[in-house]
Amino acid sequence: MATVVAASDAPRAQLTEIWETPRGLLGTLTSVDHKTIGKRYLVTAIAFFIIGGLEAAVMRAQLVHSNMHLVSPEAYNQLFTMHGVTMIFLFASPVLSGFSNYLWPLMIGARDMAFPRVNALSYWTFLLAGIFLYSSFLVGQAPDGGWFAYVPMTARAYSPGLNIDFYTLGLIYLGMSTTIGAVNFIATFFTVRAPGMSLNRVPIILWGTLTVSFLIVFFMPSLTVASIFLYLDRTIGTHFFDPANGGHPLLWQHLFWIFGHPWVYIVVLPAMGLASDMIPTFCRRPLAGYTFVALATIATGVVGSGVWIHHMFATGLPPMAMSFFSGASMTVTIPSGVSIVAWLATMWYGRPVFKVPFLFMIGFIILFVIGGVNGVMTAPVPFDLQLTDTYFIVAHIHYVLLGINVFPVFGALYYWLPKMTGRMLSERLGRWVFWLMFIGMNLAFFPMHITGMLGMPRRIYTYPSGMGWDAANLISTVGAYVFAVGVLLFLVDLVRSLRVGPLAGNNPWDAPTLEWSTTSPPPPYNFAVLPTVRSRYPLWEDRLHDGATSIVDQGPVLDDGRETIGTSALDADPMAVIHMPADSAWPLLLALALTVVFYALLAVSWTWTAIGFLLVFICLAGWLSPSRIARAGGGT
Amino acid sequence: MVAAMHALAAMGWAQSPSMFRPAGPAAEQIARLGWLFTIVAGAVTVIVTGVLVAALYRRRPAHTSGIEPSGDPRGPVRWIIVGGVILPAIILVVCFVATLITQAAIASPPRPTVATVQVTAHRWWWEVRYTGMGADQTVVTANEIHVPAGRAVRVNLVSNDVIHSFWVPELAGKTDVIPGQDNAMWLQANRPGVYRGECAEYCGLQHAHMDFFVVADAPTDFAAWLARQRATAVAPTDAAAAAGLAVFHRSACAACHAIRGTDMLGRVGPDLTHVASRQTIAAGTLLNNRGNLAGWVANAQSLKPGSGMPNVPLDGPDLQALVAYLETLK
Repeated sequence: MATVVAASDAPRAQLTEIWETPRGLLGTLTSVDHKTIGKRYLVTAIAFFIIGGLEAAVMRAQLVHSNMHLVSPEAYNQLFTMHGVTMIFLFASPVLSGFSNYLWPLMIGARDMAFPRVNALSYWTFLLAGIFLYSSFLVGQAPDGGWFAYVPMTARAYSPGLNIDFYTLGLIYLGMSTTIGAVNFIATFFTVRAPGMSLNRVPIILWGTLTVSFLIVFFMPSLTVASIFLYLDRTIGTHFFDPANGGHPLLWQHLFWIFGHPWVYIVVLPAMGLASDMIPTFCRRPLAGYTFVALATIATGVVGSGVWIHHMFATGLPPMAMSFFSGASMTVTIPSGVSIVAWLATMWYGRPVFKVPFLFMIGFIILFVIGGVNGVMTAPVPFDLQLTDTYFIVAHIHYVLLGINVFPVFGALYYWLPKMTGRMLSERLGRWVFWLMFIGMNLAFFPMHITGMLGMPRRIYTYPSGMGWDAANLISTVGAYVFAVGVLLFLVDLVRSLRVGPLAGNNPWDAPTLEWSTTSPPPPYNFAVLPTVRSRYPLWEDRLHDGATSIVDQGPVLDDGRETIGTSALDADPMAVIHMPADSAWPLLLALALTVVFYALLAVSWTWTAIGFLLVFICLAGWLSPSRIARAGGGT
Repeated sequence: MVAAMHALAAMGWAQSPSMFRPAGPAAEQIARLGWLFTIVAGAVTVIVTGVLVAALYRRRPAHTSGIEPSGDPRGPVRWIIVGGVILPAIILVVCFVATLITQAAIASPPRPTVATVQVTAHRWWWEVRYTGMGADQTVVTANEIHVPAGRAVRVNLVSNDVIHSFWVPELAGKTDVIPGQDNAMWLQANRPGVYRGECAEYCGLQHAHMDFFVVADAPTDFAAWLARQRATAVAPTDAAAAAGLAVFHRSACAACHAIRGTDMLGRVGPDLTHVASRQTIAAGTLLNNRGNLAGWVANAQSLKPGSGMPNVPLDGPDLQALVAYLETLK
């Protein structure tokens, strides 16, 4: 029951028995532990990052010189499409879901996410959707329409193979996974924060992930609808995008970019949150302007939802309409600028300690600024008419995605992996990793600004000589490989750390937030006693002298079963003891049933689609069966 | 600066279709705006990086407790209001006004257009058709758009299949070519010259080989060119060319290509009435010369895989004759 107990007196063995997933295959497949799911997300996303990187490596080899014929045009088009799809959908967003899944309950002093089984479902559907997309290579028909898949090039008439069917169905499936995850984050944010962790005390990563979860809920349907339309156009002959029969190709572009532009913020805002939570640790002071940064995060999400037309400036829309979107696109700079200045002020008023995660933060800020200002260069309609669809945009998106996603992620890996594995990574190797990645990134992508301005279009599998593009492309290729060596060295460091890395202890960085108050790695139940929070930085209170007194060493144990404390949405006043579900095979089985549905739709077999839906229904019935809920003592 | 320009020129950059070497009024306006944004972007990057370095390495007073307290929050808040809101807002307003001025300036040409060209995008080449010039005969060519220097020409953009994008970096920004939507733009080159154009929207297998050229002629040269293009094809005058015409007639060529003045009027591929007057073949893929023409006819699929042009199996003499004939179509 909810009596207050000192952490040292907590019945740890009993808690372990309640929360631990059994070892063995069955335990592996049925676990709903957010830490397990978070790590799985991270490992899977990084595996896709490596696959996407290898695809890029082949492309850079092809483009090292003019008129190269290393790969065929078909292969090149599949490679750049899958590179984009992989990095954007299978790495950049899931890797952040991994961090959020792992860290949220630990940061907010809860025992798990609000819906642990839904969490498992979100992971299994992500994994299976990724496998679904990649199974296209087995039949040699990977998506080849670019990650944006503009119609009518992707209509059946111009793309008769399965390539685009893998794309539409894969994205619908993946969208389900992402939406399921987003709903869980929203529910978790508003229901299971530790007592006292009011809205103005949550780590910034929560604001980041919360904002993007709303963006996902609002805008993912746009992509799903577009994909369903395209699937129907291709399979049963509807005419959503067919101009000969009253459809319009630009409908696809609107639907795609209404989703697609917010998606850029979806893959950067949580990463900016990770940065906002790491920078204070290494500046040895609280984040400057916490409220501004939290509001800037939300403002970016809101303004970023209304700028999609800037992907379509060349399509011949009315100039007045474009001017509004041009202005809105420039306005996004303001919240980004607020965040950057807040980090700079934190550094200025702090006392920086140059550990590896902090190096990644410094690199991140520089790349963010470049990716921000070169983005502003594409906001004015006239200049964008020159820059769009050139290598300049390739430079821009890579400064944004590598700078504001990959660099914070690698910094976060160096920072939080010790919490996850219990072992430190190497400072010495880490510095090499950082410099190789930072120098490689700039060598690879800065010259692309120039090649773009010199008129090199995107998505060409080769280019003629004598255009003045050779030298810059050679530098880009060298840079890409330097970057790859950095990533490889990180993997070496990771393996070394898992085997012989020094033990991390609870709080190797002397960091201020709740996740560092528990052991590394944390026990299955996260916290022996559930904490009460009175400030943003519970572990620094004694030294900040701000009068706050969070309690982390005593609190309720909740050892009657899987339980966590439910609190009110704004002030996190304790409201209820929430029963959490036990491990379950249903999430995996449901995901497998859904996979049957998607392969059946790919084969346009209505019989198998019906069978798949029947299996889905059976799994849902099993998941929701009352006896099970009663036995588990919890809901979803 | 001059030395740097020479170095760049030596690396071949002088040959590139650079948006910063504008040759027409639209591109000039855009390049001016582009320089403004480029300089602002560079300056912001340098300044923020400078502040970052200063914030990291500034001298700090000696210190004891290990954690800096939050201190007076007004300091950071002042940073954020000034550096994160006010300064960016001022810069953005200036940039946005410049944007609107440029947008208005390039919306229409300095003087009314003197000709209209209909450009039809095909996978993967450009059909060029002159209309509204009071001509009683059609002018149809491919992958090469002649315009009078110093005059604006209206370009109507039509797609035959998927979305393409029409782009001549030295003359103007891009305009997408979208099936089911009639887009238009205008082109003007200030001086006679040849300006490279490209398809900028990914359009499938051979997006990489969908170039074209805008050739700005002095107005008298343009009139002469137009007159030549209006004419039908010359009849073969020597035996080789006559044999080539026969080959053209009986082989696959006639199914797709038109030669005005003969009975071969295929509409699938480029009009070949004056093919020899063009500088390149296969949408900028190959220079237009005897060897490349023969290679293209015999072996198009390995030069531009997926192109609509099939490999045409001809024996040596037939191929020689065909190329000889094509070379007479000036």
